[in-house]
Amino acid sequence: MNKFLQRWTVFAGLVVFWQLAGMAADDPFFPPPSDIVSAAWEWWVLEPQNVTEHILPSIGRLLSGWAIASVIGVALGVLLGRSDRAMDYAGPLLVFLRSIPPPALVPVFLLLFRGGTSMQLATIIFGVIWPVLLNSVDGARSVDVTKVDTSAVFRIPRHQWVLGVVLPAASPKIFAGLRVSLSLSLVLMVISELVGTDNGIGSQLMQAQREFDYTRMWAGIVLLGVLGYGLNTVLLAVERRALAWQPRSRDEQHA
Amino acid sequence: MSNMLEVADLGHSYGDYEAIGGLTFTVRAGELVCVVGPSGCGKSTLLRTISGLIAPSRGDVTLNGSHLAVVFQDYQRSLFPWLTVQGNVEFPLRSLPRAERRSRAAEALAWVGLSAAAKKRPWQLSGGMQQRVAIARALAYRPALLLMDEPFASVDAQTRFELEDLLLRVRREHDTTVLVVTHDIDESVYLGDRILVLSGSPAKLVADLEVPLPAERDQVTTRTDEAFVALRSKVARLLNVGGKPTLDVDKWAAAERESLSETVSS
Repeated sequence: MNKFLQRWTVFAGLVVFWQLAGMAADDPFFPPPSDIVSAAWEWWVLEPQNVTEHILPSIGRLLSGWAIASVIGVALGVLLGRSDRAMDYAGPLLVFLRSIPPPALVPVFLLLFRGGTSMQLATIIFGVIWPVLLNSVDGARSVDVTKVDTSAVFRIPRHQWVLGVVLPAASPKIFAGLRVSLSLSLVLMVISELVGTDNGIGSQLMQAQREFDYTRMWAGIVLLGVLGYGLNTVLLAVERRALAWQPRSRDEQHA
Repeated sequence: MSNMLEVADLGHSYGDYEAIGGLTFTVRAGELVCVVGPSGCGKSTLLRTISGLIAPSRGDVTLNGSHLAVVFQDYQRSLFPWLTVQGNVEFPLRSLPRAERRSRAAEALAWVGLSAAAKKRPWQLSGGMQQRVAIARALAYRPALLLMDEPFASVDAQTRFELEDLLLRVRREHDTTVLVVTHDIDESVYLGDRILVLSGSPAKLVADLEVPLPAERDQVTTRTDEAFVALRSKVARLLNVGGKPTLDVDKWAAAERESLSETVSS
């Protein structure tokens, strides 16, 4: 309970401050949180079609884009990480592609896919694959020599080597990449919805802004914050379960 | 007795550097052979060529059986932290049916006295216990030959004695053929039925010595046994411990045989 208070005091304090400042300023650009909450209520609870038509499809694109990027990123990363030759060939290309800011590719994908879900997925996948890929390469490379030798001596089959040794050994790094990618997918989900579509949280945000409905715009921004926080919390819980085998602290280890 | 391992004219070079040059020896079934030599004399290269981890530059290694197992010095890195102790022992047995895997792992853990730790993670155990897990894993694999690379070099002296006795007991009970690579002269005499002395650069076999000690050994009495002490000094002299000028091995060995027979008869 103490910990809970400690964690949320600053946050709650800031909301209270915002409420008071917003009420005092009475500025349409900066509505107080109470107005934002009631706007959100009207927008999403009283009109549930907004949730099913905009929020859920956005979350769907975010999660599927992230999932596809993760699968490709981990698979490719493990392959490149265990093969020096493949890395020699692909290395410069990866560094080059990674350096392109993904929003710059939105017009390209717009042309290629003529807008819509596939263009949005392409933007998300291209943008978030790099942290997963590069962390997987790093993780796969870090399998220590004794484990490589042990696996070779026991002549374990290839699938067991990849799934039973390389992946678990790389998993702490892979999870670090997955977390960065997940927060990036939220960013790219919004960016990909700003143009060429009238569907999704991003487009609703733009629309509210264009209609000078700043309370709704703020409601959208807060929703994105809540979404990001929630997704990260879920992933952290998954990570903690998946990596429970890691020696947690020095005192728990026998020397 | 049939030969379990035959090594013929085995040599290996890393580029221009010749690590081992033309080694020929055999290990008989059920025998425990120690390869002893100073650090950096090519013992690891020998072990890696025998285990198939590197292809030798020349010569042949013939194993009279389908597979071998290796116990490495670095138990912490050799065990998989994401698996339980039991999972680690079952690791090389994935091709077997689940029930057989289970029973083999349980059996091997019982041999090394770790049945109670089956569900723990390796890193929750002490160093000596972790190395016992590695030994259990190797035994559960039922290798034709058990190779051990400085297996007890990373544990304290007390634990090392316990592990040495455990190895002697286990291999006696299960008739395992073992090849131990070590830099520790005392350990090689205490453990071995036979000692291969490796020296020089490139490493050559300078002696192949039978150990005239009974199969049952004891940390206190065996180590003070005259035969133990004599053999230990002989190996030490062969390895030129203490930096005395190199002896003519053949001439010295003849003299040594005389002095040995004198001590025994007196």
